[in-house]
Amino acid sequence: MDFLTIVQISDSALRLATPLLLACLAGLFSERAGIFDIGLEGKILVSAFFSAAVAASTGSVWIGLCAGIAVSVAFSMVHGLASITFQGNQLISGVALNFLASGLTVLVGEAWFSLGGRTPSLAGEARFPNLELPFASAVADIPVLGPIYSDLLSGHTILVYVALLLVPVSWFVLYRTRFGLRLRAVGENPAAVDTAGISVIRLRYTSMVIAGVLCGLAGIYLATGLGSAFGKEMSAGRGYIALAALIFAKWKPVPALGATLLFGLLQAIAIRYPKLDLGIITLPAQFMEALPYILTVIILAGFIGKAIPPKAGGEPYVKER
Amino acid sequence: MAGPQNAKGQQATAAPSSVPTTAPAIELRGISKAFGPVQANKDISISVQPGTIHGIIGENGAGKSTLMSILYGFYKADEGEIYIHGHETQIPDSQAAINAGIGMVFQHFKLVENFSVLENVILGVEDGALLRPSLAKARKALQALADEYELRVDPDALIEDLGVGMQQRVEILKALYRRADILILDEPTGVLTPAEADHLFRILEGLRAQGKTIILITHKLREIMEITDTVSVMRRGQMTATVKTKDTTPEQLAELMVGRKVLLHVDKAPAHVGEKMLEVANLRVIDDQGVERLKGIDLTIRAGEILGIAGVSGNGQTDLMEVLGGYAKATGSIRVNGQELDLTGKHSDARSRRKRGIAHVPEDRQSRGLIMEFPAWQNIAFGYHHEPEFQKNALLMDNAAMVEIAQDKMDRFDVRPPNPQLAAKSFSGGNQQKIIVAREIERNPDLLIVGQPTRGVDIGAIEFIHQQIVALRDQGKAILLVSVELEEILSLSDRIAVMFDGKIMGERLPAETDEKELGLLMAGVVNDKNAVKEGAV
Repeated sequence: MDFLTIVQISDSALRLATPLLLACLAGLFSERAGIFDIGLEGKILVSAFFSAAVAASTGSVWIGLCAGIAVSVAFSMVHGLASITFQGNQLISGVALNFLASGLTVLVGEAWFSLGGRTPSLAGEARFPNLELPFASAVADIPVLGPIYSDLLSGHTILVYVALLLVPVSWFVLYRTRFGLRLRAVGENPAAVDTAGISVIRLRYTSMVIAGVLCGLAGIYLATGLGSAFGKEMSAGRGYIALAALIFAKWKPVPALGATLLFGLLQAIAIRYPKLDLGIITLPAQFMEALPYILTVIILAGFIGKAIPPKAGGEPYVKER
Repeated sequence: MAGPQNAKGQQATAAPSSVPTTAPAIELRGISKAFGPVQANKDISISVQPGTIHGIIGENGAGKSTLMSILYGFYKADEGEIYIHGHETQIPDSQAAINAGIGMVFQHFKLVENFSVLENVILGVEDGALLRPSLAKARKALQALADEYELRVDPDALIEDLGVGMQQRVEILKALYRRADILILDEPTGVLTPAEADHLFRILEGLRAQGKTIILITHKLREIMEITDTVSVMRRGQMTATVKTKDTTPEQLAELMVGRKVLLHVDKAPAHVGEKMLEVANLRVIDDQGVERLKGIDLTIRAGEILGIAGVSGNGQTDLMEVLGGYAKATGSIRVNGQELDLTGKHSDARSRRKRGIAHVPEDRQSRGLIMEFPAWQNIAFGYHHEPEFQKNALLMDNAAMVEIAQDKMDRFDVRPPNPQLAAKSFSGGNQQKIIVAREIERNPDLLIVGQPTRGVDIGAIEFIHQQIVALRDQGKAILLVSVELEEILSLSDRIAVMFDGKIMGERLPAETDEKELGLLMAGVVNDKNAVKEGAV
């Protein structure tokens, strides 16, 4: 394996990690506020579809972006209505939304474009262009650092850079702002928030809006950045992998970046080497794809430190004495 | 956040407790609140003078907590008005209560456990969108409060690393930081050791001296007599009396609370002891972390005898009960009725213990004694559900029989409401305890282990439960009583053993000892004959 291959695999890992990272941060905001969000998968899927469909119809990826975010936030609000206002079971609500997303995208897609659930291929203004970072071509010939800068870091769509930027932003919001303090508090002990005179319901809905926007971005990146059209079930379990990464990262933003990059790398290796020959054994690609889940089970079993979820997670808040 | 200032102006001249001419700090007029068919508060009027400690006493379920929840904006009263410092005030939510200068320390603390003390203190009253300035300001303010009121807490400690006494201090600091001049404490001593409770009272006295108004909700008469200036008594949702503490007696208050005369001291005949029922020798327990929790316990209880174990909680009493109850392993020897118990093998489980005639009323009734979501009739069968009277045939249980038996027990043990279909969580603490006591005592055990039988239980139920325990003793059974309430230990036991740090510090007869001596033993101070040893070192 030469240096160029490593750069290429890393580049591919960064692209594959981006939707995971966005979805993982979505889950982080939601679960830190005490709402389990197994519906990440569904939100990614509807956002991918509607952003691709609207971008294909209007020819503008930015209008597609707005559509994707709007639909994803709408799904979040349904989840909020079920689990915050009506105090229903958050897992059931999330699973229901995933089913709805899976059926709805194909149904509407077929009715709209008659392409078997696909959207037309996106090109030009309907896709996010790859951005060249400054001096990318100038430094390309410098050994080692050149390819890392111009091939690995440069040449991604804006959403990749946004996702990376959101990591320190999320950290700052969570740990350095009033909103973050309250958000973390409401996921640990909503009664403490309530008796401090702050609305638990408003905080939790706010977290759902943030989760909706971030999931929307993840879906949009899938259809208009990583791919060039919506394809049936194109989220392909990324919502679940993002949840696994969230556990892996112990519900913290910076480790979330590490976890999603690791999982992205595993996916990149699986794509590059369908059969990974390690000399003694040959690993099938399926093993790489299963690794995120296996690693998460190991983490949950407590082998690598303890992953303690927010204490009030999954529990609707009921006022009591 | 301009709110917290609101009530300050009127409070500028804190009146001494004896001047009735100033407007009361709090005045409630005709407060009523119903939950469905249950009238929790009925036409309650009360007036609390500024700069006083006002006790509100009543049995569990008398409506004290509901009344205070109305005052703190958790519930909205159906009728009635609230006046704060003479001004009618609407309190639709907790924010309004905080703005009116009311602070509340709940029975179950409202703290975020993995936050620091500082973070908990500023939660909800941050000064701006960024935390750093708020934290710095709070750090300074906490220092000032600590100096003023003896409320020292490490501002950077995580709540989960603090003991309950410290956590309670954080709650008080939270209220003071929000500039509360009216402080409501709901059953504040329920979780405290006697020493911690004494410290709390000193803090409260300090706050009163600074002109704060304090409302103390409790069902412990001793606390009312010790610290309050005035006391209001609640019974079944109504305020039955408000009196000056110095003009009343515990007996009178108990009567007002319960509505009839109450025996504050357990009426019991001298013990007629028989054979040795329980013999514990060199019992040792090592916990998961490798810490030795029991360091060689030796005990004997004879038939017809109550052995009380006194001690600050956490000194091994729980481990002793767990071994006897069959959910912890140990080394050493326990003999019941002369027969050796299995301490580590497959007969060391709770069911085997029950078979050997050991009944167990656990310390933590909500997590060990009951399944809170399940109805009373199932809870009354639990642990004995395999007994023949609950079986219909080889496969099925006889639910009808369980309900019938439960109904009978609930009637005889005066469980209120006597409805076996109600979930365990719907009963008050005292009635939950009666359900457990009914289940365990009615099995006619040779040995009854009782942990904290009256923790969080109201006076009427305490009296009843004590009578049941004494009646069992008089039938010639052995009883092991573990309690952190010294009064209870002294009045109920025939013999008292004091535990400290996993060891028995000594045994005393109730008639020949007092709270002071026991308190010293509980603190690990060995007195009289052993004092020589200390002096020699």
